[in-house]
Amino acid sequence: MTIESRVSEDGQELIISIQGRFDFSAHQDFRNSYEALEQAPGKYRVDMNETTYLDSSALGMLLLLRDHAGGNAAQIEIVNCSPDVKKILTISNFEQLFSIQ
Amino acid sequence: MSESVPLTILIADDTDSDRLILETIVKKEGHNVISVCDGEEAVAAFVEESPDMVLLDALMPKLDGFGAARKIKELAGEELVPIIFLTSLTDTESLVRCLDAGGDDFLSKPYNRVILKAKIKSFRRMREMHQEVQVQRDQISSHNDHLMQEQTIAKQVFDNIAHTGCLNADNVKYILSPLAVFNGDVIVAAVRPSGSMMVLLGDFTGHGLPAAIGAMPLASSFYGMVQKGFSMVDILREINQKLKQILPIGVFCCATMVDMSFSKRKIKIWNGGLPDCYLHRASSGEVEPIRSTHLPLGVLDNMSFKDDCLHIEMEEDDRLYMWSDGIIESRNAHGEMFGEERLMGLFKDSASSIPVFDRILTAVHEYSQGERDDDLSMIELSMADPAAVTNTNLEYEPQRYGGMLEWSLDLELKPSTFRMFDPLPLLLNILVEVPGLRSHSGTLYTILAELYSNALEHGVLGLDSEWKKTPEGFAKYYAERKTRVDQLQGGYVRFSLDHQVMGDGGALRIGVEDSGDGFQHRENINNTHKSEGYSGRGIPLISTLCDSLRYIGSGNRVEAVFRWDADD
Repeated sequence: MTIESRVSEDGQELIISIQGRFDFSAHQDFRNSYEALEQAPGKYRVDMNETTYLDSSALGMLLLLRDHAGGNAAQIEIVNCSPDVKKILTISNFEQLFSIQ
Repeated sequence: MSESVPLTILIADDTDSDRLILETIVKKEGHNVISVCDGEEAVAAFVEESPDMVLLDALMPKLDGFGAARKIKELAGEELVPIIFLTSLTDTESLVRCLDAGGDDFLSKPYNRVILKAKIKSFRRMREMHQEVQVQRDQISSHNDHLMQEQTIAKQVFDNIAHTGCLNADNVKYILSPLAVFNGDVIVAAVRPSGSMMVLLGDFTGHGLPAAIGAMPLASSFYGMVQKGFSMVDILREINQKLKQILPIGVFCCATMVDMSFSKRKIKIWNGGLPDCYLHRASSGEVEPIRSTHLPLGVLDNMSFKDDCLHIEMEEDDRLYMWSDGIIESRNAHGEMFGEERLMGLFKDSASSIPVFDRILTAVHEYSQGERDDDLSMIELSMADPAAVTNTNLEYEPQRYGGMLEWSLDLELKPSTFRMFDPLPLLLNILVEVPGLRSHSGTLYTILAELYSNALEHGVLGLDSEWKKTPEGFAKYYAERKTRVDQLQGGYVRFSLDHQVMGDGGALRIGVEDSGDGFQHRENINNTHKSEGYSGRGIPLISTLCDSLRYIGSGNRVEAVFRWDADD
């Protein structure tokens, strides 16, 4: 598991990429990726292109990010999900809370 | 050949003095001389001594120079033996006669020593060049023989791999050029243990060896995996990855793969880069095109590869047509392409009693006037009677699955293991040894991960999800998890996995038991997918993913059953 994050060139968006398994062991790194920023970005993008598996603690972490980013006003995209990852997100009705692509 | 190597030169002249002068000049140049006095002797000496060059007097008794030259040239065959005529004749007609008779040059009497030397040197070069060309010609010819022989053997090897399948089944009609291996087209078909038939038509970019090379791993992966019961998605991914790995950039394989479930009368189809397949409906006569929605095989890495397939119902008299671009791209005398419109038109001709398959072949053949017929590859598939396919092509043999079928496993983890070791990859590796479970590895991971986290965190470690209500609590929960694991003295988590074959698929039973006190599972297990809080999604998630989920006794034991179907 590796978490990488970067702010887009215009400074408006934080892009968080998760490689490998997304589970509780990612918790600290995932949280640091957005809490460590001095200026909060307007938008977030979670890139699951290289995410292999997901469990319910990862779902909890995504919700923590959502609340950190303003709850219902948060603009968070989850992109490049594999069918497996998408299935887990869909079962938990996450498409109502995030923009999933 | 170096110029210092002496030549053997035959001199034929009936005038003793002339012959002597020539002999002297030639010997002085370091060459060996054979001297004769007339044409007959010259021919005899040529046969016996095989000289490198011949100096012939034009006018001699018995057989003159012209006659001798003809015979010598005939005897020399393919070898170049230069003949220089020696003559006192100067009229144009006589000189032309010398050359017509097979002479390569002439030398006028009286002899000029310098010119004679130069001519011998020049003809020596010509003779050597001629020999070199002949050697090269023979080499090319033998290389070519060799290549043809190799291609024949390669084709036999390929046929042995490609035709181990069921292309001869009653519901398959196909045409493939006899030298298709070398124009990059490949058709493979095989029946899975579950009785469904898989067919793949591939068209490699390029021709010749590079195209043929890619067809080999494609065919061997296809047959290996189909008979072991792997799903279409797994097979496509495997072939894609293999081709991506071995083929140079720019060489790839446009392909259509179809999985025909005869018992369900459904097909599952994936088209990457080939022209639209046509599904011809018997009831309405309509043609439904199935477009390519994917990149060809061997282009994308496995992460980016898209494996979503179309699921279509297919009735018994419906026909599915797949083809390479040879049909729509075949050209008439004016260079115009056959095109999709013409192809579609052939299906609409309801008056014709000729089967569509033959109609297409005839139409394309006539259109292109027999040119480029080599590039046509086409398959027609229909729904077969499942019983017929099962009886002719498949006897149920469990070992044909090639993976683990019926097995069980118990694993107990103790405190030191919790600290150091994550059992999930190990368990997942075992599960994907069952070919039918391989495509579900994502789901299985989530199920195992949830059950294990619950058993360890709530059961063994006694952590309470209530902590996860706030972001700080969430962090505290996982910090506490680490502390408690590190300090843990006793406790266990037991996995018991059990896999059974069921019909076309199987059932995996996952039991997890922990050393904890259990919990009020009756309240918990019935809750639905919630929208608030950071925890509590695990159990609803797995009860959706599994076919059944039940907690036993005090709640420290749980049993999940995951069923899979070979046609999924």
